[in-house]
Amino acid sequence: MPLTDVEPVLTVRGLEKSYNKLRVIKGVDLDLHRGEVLAIIGPSGSGKSTLIRCLNLLEVPTAGEIAYNGRRVENRFQSRGGNIGCGELRRHVGMVFQHFNLFPHKTVMQNICEGPVAVLKEPREEVEARALELLGKVGLLDKRDAYPNHLSGGQKQRVAIARALAMRPDVLLLDEVTSALDPELVGEVLQVIRLLAHDGMTMAIVTHEMAFAADVADRVAFIDGGVIAELGTAESVIRNPASERLQAFLGRFNA
Amino acid sequence: MPYKWDFSAVLQYWDLFAWGLWLTFAYTLGSIVVGVVIGMIICFGRLSRFPVISGLSRAYQEVFRCTPLLVQLMWFYYALPLLLGITIENYVAAMLTLSLYAGSFYSEIFRGGILSIDKGQTEAAKAIAMSDRQVMWRIVIPQAFKRVLPSFINQSVIQFKNTSLISVISVGELAYMAAVVNGQTYRPLEAFTVVALLYFVVLFPMTQAADYVEHRMRVSD
Repeated sequence: MPLTDVEPVLTVRGLEKSYNKLRVIKGVDLDLHRGEVLAIIGPSGSGKSTLIRCLNLLEVPTAGEIAYNGRRVENRFQSRGGNIGCGELRRHVGMVFQHFNLFPHKTVMQNICEGPVAVLKEPREEVEARALELLGKVGLLDKRDAYPNHLSGGQKQRVAIARALAMRPDVLLLDEVTSALDPELVGEVLQVIRLLAHDGMTMAIVTHEMAFAADVADRVAFIDGGVIAELGTAESVIRNPASERLQAFLGRFNA
Repeated sequence: MPYKWDFSAVLQYWDLFAWGLWLTFAYTLGSIVVGVVIGMIICFGRLSRFPVISGLSRAYQEVFRCTPLLVQLMWFYYALPLLLGITIENYVAAMLTLSLYAGSFYSEIFRGGILSIDKGQTEAAKAIAMSDRQVMWRIVIPQAFKRVLPSFINQSVIQFKNTSLISVISVGELAYMAAVVNGQTYRPLEAFTVVALLYFVVLFPMTQAADYVEHRMRVSD
């Protein structure tokens, strides 16, 4: 399915982000289409994480516009008029973090049910049934009553993914979700993400796993110095990099 | 000649000690409850993004943390009435001062607890669309509560001992009663020993509890 035929879920225009005088994102245009998996790669400090964190307003852009399903995103919690606030935006755009950030005072089940019950005000029984289904999907049904401290990194990250999915998001943002894991635990998390891609989940994935990006992503964006330096299919960007910068970057991964 | 201990004279006045101990408990608990409320208000004040509110809260904290409780008591009992042209009963001044003093320390303990919670917790909570209020009450405060418990207990132990200072404005709590019994019996060694023991017997289990909580927290973290 050619991407241009599909309305973008998220559109980004002229996005900039500065911290005082440090310009981290220097003008990014990007469309994320429904059902698409977009991998965002690039060297450390290039602005990948800042960019993805702007998409659900965890970082507030300094300039530019973001729209969700054509509705302009505003930096306030409540939606107003035709615009969408970050409260409503985050109901539809979930996020998974590098350091999991599970709630340590809640069990696995409570972590997953927290959003739908406390925020979406859905009936608890319904949410719990869905949580169990999700736990089955990520292979952690037996850990339902465990506290996060008793889980391995890979297990924590799979719970974090289930927690994000419990909100039934339209889009999932994954910010270096395997970077804090021991190498032998990376695979189990990537496997879950592959499954989501297979199910048609729209995702933006910041990652250092080049082979995985090439394999699972529909498109790949190479961020360098705060701008999108290359953007195209995984095949063209990762297998046939055009610029020297990208070639040098990929060379370090033997991808 | 070695001193001959004789507690019998002093212990005749056991009802005074009992009454003093009861008042000490009452002032401690009362000022802790009010102090916690003040502490929470000032803590949120300090965390406010409005400079006027955070500045005023800061000023309050510093005034009460950087002046001795004894001086504060005197000020509220002897000085403030002159300023306002009213009389303030000693028990009112005592309760007020103890609470304000406790509040300034509690607020800093609470603030430290809230700030000690990892930023990732707030971000994860926001990412599932929680409002700032929900983030605070559902995610940050429950974790901060556990973390500040040992400091909270320690500060409350200090508060229990600090009530002895209100004896200087003639509130008949435990330390005051020691002086009264001494006046009746001329047995200062016994009178003050009994009172010291009473303080110790109450507070020792508290410090042990604080240590226990701290130890358990280290294990669970």
